Amino acid sequence: MAALQLPPKPKNSLYKKIKGILIFLIVAAIYIWTFVSIDIDFAKAIEQVRQNFGNVISGLFQPNWAATGDVALSMLETITIAFAGSLMAAILSIPLAFLAANNMMGGKIGSAVGKWILSAVRAFPDIILAILFVVAVGPNPFAGVLAIAIGSTGMLGKMFSEIIESIDMDVVQAMQANGANRIQILFFAVMPQVIPEFLSYAIYRFEVDIRASSILGIVGAGGIGTMIFFASSNRDWSQMGTILLGIIIVVTIIDFASAKIRRKIV
Amino acid sequence: MSKNKSDSLSMYPVKTKKQVTLIGLIVLGMYLFSMFWTQREMVGGFSGALSNMFQVLEKFFPPNLSVLSAIMGPLFQTIQMAIIATTIAAIITVPLALLSAQNVTTFKPLYVATRTLLNLLRTIPDLVLAVIFVGLFGIGIFPGILALIVFSLGILAKLISETIESVDMNPLEAMRASGANTLQMIYYGLIPQVLPQYTSLVLYVFEINVRASVVLGYVGAGGIGLLLNQQIGFYNYPNAMAIIVMIFVVVLVIEYISNKIREALI
Repeated sequence: MAALQLPPKPKNSLYKKIKGILIFLIVAAIYIWTFVSIDIDFAKAIEQVRQNFGNVISGLFQPNWAATGDVALSMLETITIAFAGSLMAAILSIPLAFLAANNMMGGKIGSAVGKWILSAVRAFPDIILAILFVVAVGPNPFAGVLAIAIGSTGMLGKMFSEIIESIDMDVVQAMQANGANRIQILFFAVMPQVIPEFLSYAIYRFEVDIRASSILGIVGAGGIGTMIFFASSNRDWSQMGTILLGIIIVVTIIDFASAKIRRKIV
Repeated sequence: MSKNKSDSLSMYPVKTKKQVTLIGLIVLGMYLFSMFWTQREMVGGFSGALSNMFQVLEKFFPPNLSVLSAIMGPLFQTIQMAIIATTIAAIITVPLALLSAQNVTTFKPLYVATRTLLNLLRTIPDLVLAVIFVGLFGIGIFPGILALIVFSLGILAKLISETIESVDMNPLEAMRASGANTLQMIYYGLIPQVLPQYTSLVLYVFEINVRASVVLGYVGAGGIGLLLNQQIGFYNYPNAMAIIVMIFVVVLVIEYISNKIREALI
């Protein structure tokens, strides 16, 4: 009776082993560096939390209902910042996405340039863009709109270009073979394939931008962030409770609505 | 007759056209309102701001690169905070993701409860978390790290639970049929399928954390943000630009490295 034969185990090559060990060593070194040089004063933190816990937590759970009107107005401002910003971004990122997609007009060089622009824009955190625009156009909500618009263009442009790259090129070629010009190809072969996904990502981005724009006020770019800043400097925790409640409600509603709409589109 | 002909040639039915027009008008209306609302306090309006913008932004150039050595300390601290926060979040997220994956947690109330908790967690902006933790633990990097952990937990657990939900259940069922217990099923059936995605998502959240940690300094939760805030406050724009350039470089480098690791994994 023959013994049951197991298939041989896959052997790792020497190169793979060395690579694995090297990555492990680098990661270990990063962790050692991190934990050796960081210093956290736990004793102080524990002492502080003993003093503040009751104050902060009871404040947060007893919202200041008198501030509801102010919070609602600020939230409206946050929503308008996010809306104007993401719509601008959605429009701005379309030409950039067509440039960055390697199967469209740009060719290899254009695609590289487009991708480079998009990733450079993406590397700026929203808050940094907000700082720059607050200095440029003054401390008002419009600085927030510009920050959101530019910040989202980087991400949306990347998403859009990936969508364009994934379209069915057979349709485009068939139209070319039939003698369609470039504009006809754009409107009848490319657009119908990409529009539902473009819309879906733009709406998703609006969701993200609501969260992003709610913190921009800390650098003076309007919205609910301004109230967060004042409540935190005054250590007014019941005010903070109201703000938090407002943010949670608005974000939840918008997430829910956007998920519904996106499911309908795609 | 000619009217009928043009109708039959059109790609979309009249009803869809009407709907699209209506939605377009609503979006346009919301956009105009948003633009009006965010610019209502602005002096000089949109055109005034834009013409002014490049003039003001010139003040940031050239960046004062002689302060680089002073920036390095806080910058490394920011990265370290992100490393620690991401690591701890990556560990805590495992049980949470398992609990909020529908195919692992078959006990429905538990699944719904975890899902709801995570959804709630994700609505709270990182800045608000930082403010609350600074209120509790006092100024320092400890509240900053806690804020990053909680913030990234919401994102990470959701993404990973979705990955777990999309795994191929057939190997797991085969294992159960041949008598494996739950732990064996997770170790030999689930982990090999999820691990590459898991690592990729952890790296993604690490990138998010590096960006997010910039804002933490504004409320006293450690990192480079504090320095940036001070320099902007002193109107020392060339110094501020040096900090911004360094953040830009760090974000680009980290994105590059994590992209390389991701490519090696998947």
